[in-house]
Amino acid sequence: MIFALCATAIVIIALLSEIAWPYIERRLDARRVRREARRRGVAAPYDPGRERRAEQRARELLKSCVNEDEWAMYRDLGLIRVWGGQAGLPADSARDLRGVPYAYLIYPHKPIVAYLPMTGELLNEYCVEFPDETRPYGSARLPDSDDVLAKWMALKGDERRLIAEANLHLPGRQVDPKQVQRDIWRLGRWERERLERRAGTAEGDASPPPARPNNPGPLGL
Amino acid sequence: MKFLRMRPGHGEQLIAEGDPEVAEEHDALVEEFRRQLDLGMWAAIPLTSPTGLREAEMVSSFDQVPATTDRVIFFPRAAGGAA
Repeated sequence: MIFALCATAIVIIALLSEIAWPYIERRLDARRVRREARRRGVAAPYDPGRERRAEQRARELLKSCVNEDEWAMYRDLGLIRVWGGQAGLPADSARDLRGVPYAYLIYPHKPIVAYLPMTGELLNEYCVEFPDETRPYGSARLPDSDDVLAKWMALKGDERRLIAEANLHLPGRQVDPKQVQRDIWRLGRWERERLERRAGTAEGDASPPPARPNNPGPLGL
Repeated sequence: MKFLRMRPGHGEQLIAEGDPEVAEEHDALVEEFRRQLDLGMWAAIPLTSPTGLREAEMVSSFDQVPATTDRVIFFPRAAGGAA
């Protein structure tokens, strides 16, 4: 009986810690930033409201710069896929792709992941940051959407330079490969649904007007 | 033309604005551009291709910025992370 109670208690504690851990992690991060700010003599403490406003501005800037599909991808999935454009990069540094198209997944404040869209095979992780050492509020970290935009612009504008600055690692060093595979699968499904919606809209636009006011459309809607 | 800079805790900040066609404002823009690069920033221009596709171009001097550009975005230079 006591053994069963102990086992139940352990399971409950494990489950609770799983739920509480992200919250504790956020609090620890905030505490670390505050301590760093005090150490550097910065008066402004961590302010979640300020960070939210900064992120909101960053999202607006990102939206104004990237393509509509890319913005929707980031809004819906939390990542942006960018096609690799330069011959000889990136994975050719490790193996010869022979012209096979490759792409990058951009996550906020995580390494850029290169992969082969045709097979889903992960190629490399490129660990790169954009630290602002002026640390206006004690932290060198850009808002999430600014980090994504910086990666997007650098990849689009000078892929070779960004890759040269990054630390190259095999997949799985920092980003869970299973998570990336799930994201690739989610991205594929998201694109199919989007295409279907577009095709449906185009069909709807092309269909003749109803002969009678209550005549159902081609989808019976 | 606007110069925007990404900053932690701010999002983007307007750091300079001017008309490159006006000599004084042109000089001020050039000066600010150099200053940002000296501070270790990278500069990028958001572009829209003739087909409507959005792209970006990295620039390393004010001469490379097309006169029609309405904004230049500065952000901290990349550094290899979590080695």
